[in-house]
Amino acid sequence: MNVVARRYANAVVLRVTGRLDQETCEVFRDDLTGQVDLCAREGTALILDFSGLEYVSSAGLRCLLIASRQMKAAKGRILVADMQSMVAEIFAISHFDLLFEVVPTVREALAAISAEAAAAFQRG
Amino acid sequence: MRIRFWGTRGSIGVSLTSADIRDKLAQALVQASGKTFASYEEAHDYATAELDFATTHTFGGHTPCVELEPGGDEYFVCDMGSGARPFGVHVLAKQAKKPATVNIFQSHVHWDHIMGFPFFGPSYVPGTKIRIHGCHDVLEHAYRLQQAAPCFPVEFDQLMASVEFVKLEPGKPHEVAGVTVTPHLQLHSGDSYGYRFEKDGKAVVYTTDSEHKLEDRHEAESFANFFRNADIVIFDAMYALAEAISVKADWGHSSNIVGVELCQMARAKHLVLFHHEPANDDETLEGLLREAQRFEELTRGDHALKVSAAYDGMEIDL
Repeated sequence: MNVVARRYANAVVLRVTGRLDQETCEVFRDDLTGQVDLCAREGTALILDFSGLEYVSSAGLRCLLIASRQMKAAKGRILVADMQSMVAEIFAISHFDLLFEVVPTVREALAAISAEAAAAFQRG
Repeated sequence: MRIRFWGTRGSIGVSLTSADIRDKLAQALVQASGKTFASYEEAHDYATAELDFATTHTFGGHTPCVELEPGGDEYFVCDMGSGARPFGVHVLAKQAKKPATVNIFQSHVHWDHIMGFPFFGPSYVPGTKIRIHGCHDVLEHAYRLQQAAPCFPVEFDQLMASVEFVKLEPGKPHEVAGVTVTPHLQLHSGDSYGYRFEKDGKAVVYTTDSEHKLEDRHEAESFANFFRNADIVIFDAMYALAEAISVKADWGHSSNIVGVELCQMARAKHLVLFHHEPANDDETLEGLLREAQRFEELTRGDHALKVSAAYDGMEIDL
């Protein structure tokens, strides 16, 4: 699994690729909590770009929940964007779509954060 | 081996209300609109084949009590929730006045798992032998306590059956009337124990009131070994995953999704969702079952897992 962060104005997009399961969740959790810490300190929102995420298990979902709690405690915002159909279905089946703000695309997620973030994304 | 579910609800018993029954009838009538049935049997067949489970049935409301029929004269039962009352009626009818020998396997002694014992008919029949197996030091104390004044009018010592408490050791196989029984420690307030029953090459696992910490690989592997190649795994699936690990984390229960994942790891054959949340109605429980079945389909490798939801009165033959 691979995680790449990119900043757009007051938002950070974390692009996650590969499989998020018991094998990979420990490393992912460390990456994610580090990013959440950074976002909380800088007052930026975090967008999880799941366009490259092939699978998420219950252990992976728990990592996301931990990050969500951490972000809420810092009064920050975390969004999930562009899920592949299988991951979107797992989100729905496990009722995680009730815990997270889920949006269809990264562009829409950034627009939900700020016009500046959307414009920065548009510029590339 | 046959498995018979006498009580499948967790925490506290529930029952359908008159409004629930009226709603089910109304739904059935709407779905059958325009059809005519020449006989009761024809209508019955239509209801069985065409209507949703939640319309024609209920998952039931008794608290945990699951009978295993491994063959032989002795009875095997997991937990003595309120389902123990109809189970006792069944034992008395089957015995036809002959005293029974009943082996009880106790997951833990929270009230929903022992509350049926004072209403278990065979315990009032002289000559009946009851062996209560478990791993808790407080097993006998809990059984006596719930029948002590002022909570119940019949003291434990007034029971007519002979009752023996048998301490089992977790992780160690025990032979009980021709069945190999292995208890397994589980995460729950005050501890709980699952049981693996093996006979004639068949294995049934009863694992309720058990929370799983998902990030702990060692814990997952330990349970996968406990469930390994089981024919049936009766699993605490009280909540949806999001609920189990957020607002109800540390409540000592698990979810339908984790049940699928552990059974897939273990290459078990049939997962039975159990210990249903009392706040969930039949439609919600059917929804949780469908979600678990879909999750199994989505994540299936080279091993297919059957997924069912237990209901009071359900029987499974192995």
